[in-house]
Amino acid sequence: MSRAEVLEPGGGGGDPADGRRGAGAGAGAGAGTRPVSPLWTFGLFRSELTTTFRRWRTLALLGVLAAVPVLIGIAIKIETSDGGSVGGGGPEGGGGPAFLTQITNNGLFLVFAALAATLPVFLPMAVGVIAGDAVAGEANGGTLRYLLVAPAGRTRLLLAKYAATLVFCLAATLAVAVSALIVGALLFPLGDVTTISGTTISFGDGLVRAVLIALVVAASLIGLAALGLFVSTLTNSGIAAMATTVGLVITVQILDTIPQLHGIHPYLFPHYWLSFADLLREPFYWDDVLRNLGLQGVYAAVFGSAAWARFTAKDISA
Amino acid sequence: MTVVIETRGLTKRYRGGQLAVDRLDLAVPAGSVFGFLGPNGSGKTTTIRMLMGLIEPTAGTAAVLGRTMPRAARAVLPQVGALIEGPALYGYLNGRDNLLRYDSADPTADPRTRRARVAEALERVGLTAAGGKKAKAYSLGMKQRLGLAAALLQPRRLLVLDEPTNGLDPQGMREIRALVRELAGEGTTVFLSSHLLDEIEQVCTHAAVMARGRLLTQGTVAELAAGTRGRLAVTTPDPADAARVLKELGVTDVTVAGDRVSGELAVSGEGEPADPAELNAGLVRAGVRVRAFGVERASLEDAFVALTGEGFDVAG
Repeated sequence: MSRAEVLEPGGGGGDPADGRRGAGAGAGAGAGTRPVSPLWTFGLFRSELTTTFRRWRTLALLGVLAAVPVLIGIAIKIETSDGGSVGGGGPEGGGGPAFLTQITNNGLFLVFAALAATLPVFLPMAVGVIAGDAVAGEANGGTLRYLLVAPAGRTRLLLAKYAATLVFCLAATLAVAVSALIVGALLFPLGDVTTISGTTISFGDGLVRAVLIALVVAASLIGLAALGLFVSTLTNSGIAAMATTVGLVITVQILDTIPQLHGIHPYLFPHYWLSFADLLREPFYWDDVLRNLGLQGVYAAVFGSAAWARFTAKDISA
Repeated sequence: MTVVIETRGLTKRYRGGQLAVDRLDLAVPAGSVFGFLGPNGSGKTTTIRMLMGLIEPTAGTAAVLGRTMPRAARAVLPQVGALIEGPALYGYLNGRDNLLRYDSADPTADPRTRRARVAEALERVGLTAAGGKKAKAYSLGMKQRLGLAAALLQPRRLLVLDEPTNGLDPQGMREIRALVRELAGEGTTVFLSSHLLDEIEQVCTHAAVMARGRLLTQGTVAELAAGTRGRLAVTTPDPADAARVLKELGVTDVTVAGDRVSGELAVSGEGEPADPAELNAGLVRAGVRVRAFGVERASLEDAFVALTGEGFDVAG
């Protein structure tokens, strides 16, 4: 940590350093002085976004996520085409993801079902790939040293990376939700929504809740994104960082299912993930949703700080 | 003399205990083309990484453009263009987009002039036509050029170029040398590491030699080359006689290889080396037949070998 502090005033320099840097450049540079607009510092974030989203790998991940609701929708359509109900008529629709039984009545439920199906595995895996590769991938390719001598600034680069990862979390969630909404509208009827509490709300209200739920699902990934970014600062191998992050997701998910460990369950980042279903109650049941968001905030703070401490003190030898 | 790079007691010991750079005192004068020489593993790249704020020194200080690194990185680095250990590119982006990305990482780069500056940099390294091609399809030489273009996105006060001609064909090497001279002519200080001694000798005004993490010498290239005396070389059908006569005339370290006799021009008494003309006359007087006679120019390579006591062996 002490080295991080030595580095930070100029070596990393967050946004507060902007003014000082401008003044410093003026004092030390003489002829080389250039006026610096504070807005230009966002250029790195924009570049980070375009670099991430123009990459074939990112588009493939989003494509796979968008394909999940298509598969679920078609499977249900085929299974129910003979007039039977989902899950062979079992009382709770068998052991599949939540909301499956309601899809045939209302296509909007495909959104909730698809989010419930992708949140435990597919979404965190996709986020693990992007977050894990964020720093380690650049180190592996050698581009990290050129970004740092540009100079991107270590804190600024890390913030840009984290922000871009969060945008990916949102994009990934929306890929699932929008695809599910389209498939649901094409294959099934749309109409008033029956909440879990048994009341009925209009389709418009249901749509608003779907948007709210998508945002909560995206926010559920904030903690994991910080964890992945931290892992990414530990190694120079993008593959190792991605594998470690995805491995951690799976390990924590398994721990979360072992009843003997219930004491630690409330501290595991996926523990409250499926609480988004509470937003389909009437009235809203916020407790677990807020616990989830609070837990994500704690994870983001802890692992974000760890990533910062590690990255600002790291010798870049790749 | 203004100094652009100055290190005092700069030391880097890696976590494994290996001493990569040992109490380095380097001074690079402003406006110079400074050659940084040393065998592989001698600590050149570690030094460059410390100068660029990528690695924290274990001890000592490094000042670039008068300010301490890595603390002043944000003020110093926008004025420094660097090519470190070869180019590194995003293979899935084209050449132009690679440069746009590196430029947007610099908070002092004006986004309004970004495209124009990128086009200019591509033009300068001869990549305008290939700017739209994906970087993964580039040859090593093209990647090297693109790396150079990234270093030239802004007007720079200092260019740090680590092996800039690596992977280039002879024509490309010539172009890079011309570019370095041109930039130096504009007043940019160029800090150039290379294992090609020829190249250093052709372009550089100053040079420093490192071996095993230590600085062996630094100064102007002329001074360094003058540090070694030229060797006398005589080609003769009578090598034995020639060797005897030369020894009598005070030439030291006389060696015979076939019809070729060579030796050090001795420093007679107070610094004056023996006059080759006198030696030739002496040989003729003794009836030694001479086919060729001359003093081999001391090159930087001789100086280098004399200093490091080795060729380009990897330091252990």
